[in-house]
Amino acid sequence: MKRIKELFESKKQNILNVYCTAGYPELNSTLGVMKALQDNGVDIIELGMPYSDPLADGPVIQASSLVALENGMTLKELFKQLKGFRENISIPVVLMGYLNTVIQYGFEKFCTDAAATGIDGLILPDLPMREYDSYYGKIIRNNNLDFIFLVTPETSEERVHELDKRSSGFIYAVSSSSTTGSEKNMNEVEDYLKRLEGYKLKNPILVGFGIKDKKSFRSACTHANGAIIGSAYIRALVENKDIAAATRDFLTPVLN
Amino acid sequence: METVNEKIIKWNQPDESGYYGEFGGAFIPEMLYRNVEELREHYLGIMSDPAFISEFQHLLRDYAGRPTPLFFAERLSEKYNTQVYLKREDLCHTGAHKINNTIGQILLAIRRGKKRIIAETGAGQHGVATATVCALKGLECIVYMGEKDIERQAPNVARMKMMGATVIPAVSGSKTLKDATNEAIRDWINHPEDTHYIIGSVVGPHPYPDMVARFQSVISEEMKKQLTDQTGKSLPDRVIACVGGGSNAAGAFFHFLDEPEVELIAVEAAGEGINSGKSAATTALGRQGILHGSMSLVMQTEDGQVVEPHSISAGLDYPGIGPMHADLFRRGRAKFMSATDDEALQAGFELAKLEGIIPALETAHALSVLGKIESVPDERTVICLSGRGDKDLATYMKNMELK
Repeated sequence: MKRIKELFESKKQNILNVYCTAGYPELNSTLGVMKALQDNGVDIIELGMPYSDPLADGPVIQASSLVALENGMTLKELFKQLKGFRENISIPVVLMGYLNTVIQYGFEKFCTDAAATGIDGLILPDLPMREYDSYYGKIIRNNNLDFIFLVTPETSEERVHELDKRSSGFIYAVSSSSTTGSEKNMNEVEDYLKRLEGYKLKNPILVGFGIKDKKSFRSACTHANGAIIGSAYIRALVENKDIAAATRDFLTPVLN
Repeated sequence: METVNEKIIKWNQPDESGYYGEFGGAFIPEMLYRNVEELREHYLGIMSDPAFISEFQHLLRDYAGRPTPLFFAERLSEKYNTQVYLKREDLCHTGAHKINNTIGQILLAIRRGKKRIIAETGAGQHGVATATVCALKGLECIVYMGEKDIERQAPNVARMKMMGATVIPAVSGSKTLKDATNEAIRDWINHPEDTHYIIGSVVGPHPYPDMVARFQSVISEEMKKQLTDQTGKSLPDRVIACVGGGSNAAGAFFHFLDEPEVELIAVEAAGEGINSGKSAATTALGRQGILHGSMSLVMQTEDGQVVEPHSISAGLDYPGIGPMHADLFRRGRAKFMSATDDEALQAGFELAKLEGIIPALETAHALSVLGKIESVPDERTVICLSGRGDKDLATYMKNMELK
């Protein structure tokens, strides 16, 4: 739980969180991708747990999930791969995925295993506040994992505060009501981010969805602590099979 | 008796959070929260508004052709040595019970000020029923349909297009009903303000399972009246319906759920056999899990990946089941049986020969269990004849030699 907190204490602006799919492009490329992200200046890694029916994801991440599943990625396999990853990766890592695979693994066992391997937090978009309150939240907190809720332009101020109260680590601001990878003019959402900024939340805010290059990253960072890149990075991995080179070539222009 | 009554009420009504026992709820991303929450806040109020009820009933009667007949099937009864009644949902406008729900939901969407309607469809029956009411009310209609199903169900695709709907192929995943549903949900996420999603079955996040069950409950409401008129008793001994997601079964069971003396039988599609690896018998093969926003029984791998079901009938080709049915199964209120592709075909041919009615392949699954239940001459069994078989003629023709 400490790593994300410490990061935001030492760096308040231009935080870059990059998403990658576990088991993509190869079953055993997970750690190599994570290392490449760390080496190229990424602040937080969002590691996707592939699912057959990812409702909140657009076509690029869906396709990477299917490839990862075909490669044989499972949660058991993922935890096996993550064993000892903290020897090489020091930046915060959050797991992102859908509740069904986690429930089948065993929700409590999942939280225990995630914490034990050195995972810092969880993003489970289809675990809503009501269910979090009635059962799941307590298990997450008992394992000292951060839980990151999403907010959207349609989320009321009152509800944003409720979600902020329950979140730790950061708040994931969806830049528009959209699945990942959608094209959106960042100017359209500037008012929304200003509004969120004005709420004075206890958690830092990272903007996700539609961030793909230096321009959209910088624009998102104007009114938030940082941003999340997902589909655009996966697309870079599709185009260049050399993971280290693909990651460097993609991130260098974003960060410089 | 207080506790008994409390328990009885729960059979057809979920609790405040949308749970039927352990099943239901609303496992949705925040992007859908406002839409689903607004629906949850308003659906019961709208549905109990006298003006809404009057318009709904008017359209059910004068547009959809309700009440549908309850027909005593004499030759079928003779063959199975019991009394078989058929609830003729196949005589509804568009050929199946699906229209009951789409009429209800389009009226509700209009009252919520929505301008754009989306739907998913497997065989195309729900897509046609949605395109129909959108044409009737002049609303934009977008139907998501698996790319494979578009190839298999060309006449229904043509019907939808003729009524002005846009049919968008779902090309993700296995390119069938489950993926069409995913795409419809993704569309809804991207259009949070002007769009209403007409889900075609008693699945999805709360309040959908309850809302769709209530719109379909007209089936059992009419059955009760018609049984009273024809037999002097409002309760049958048994009601049989097929179950994919379970909307016709929910409607056929609804007003009998709190009548413990009525046996309820839900028939799932066993495909090529429950253990063949090509089946859609969710209660036999599924485990508790989350699919399309609700906790239910789901066909999935050990790792929680949803598996692709198989059934000869596209309408039953779904890897989940509505949460109300999952609860009826778990608590034993309904008996779950299954029928294979071949058994369904045989039952379809048999009804055509004995009664001059060609049933939808979905419905044929329900008919096929007549030979598997113990028959008693004076017992009255009602089968929900959920749809007509025109759309399945090609499949029937291919299998003519089976009869």
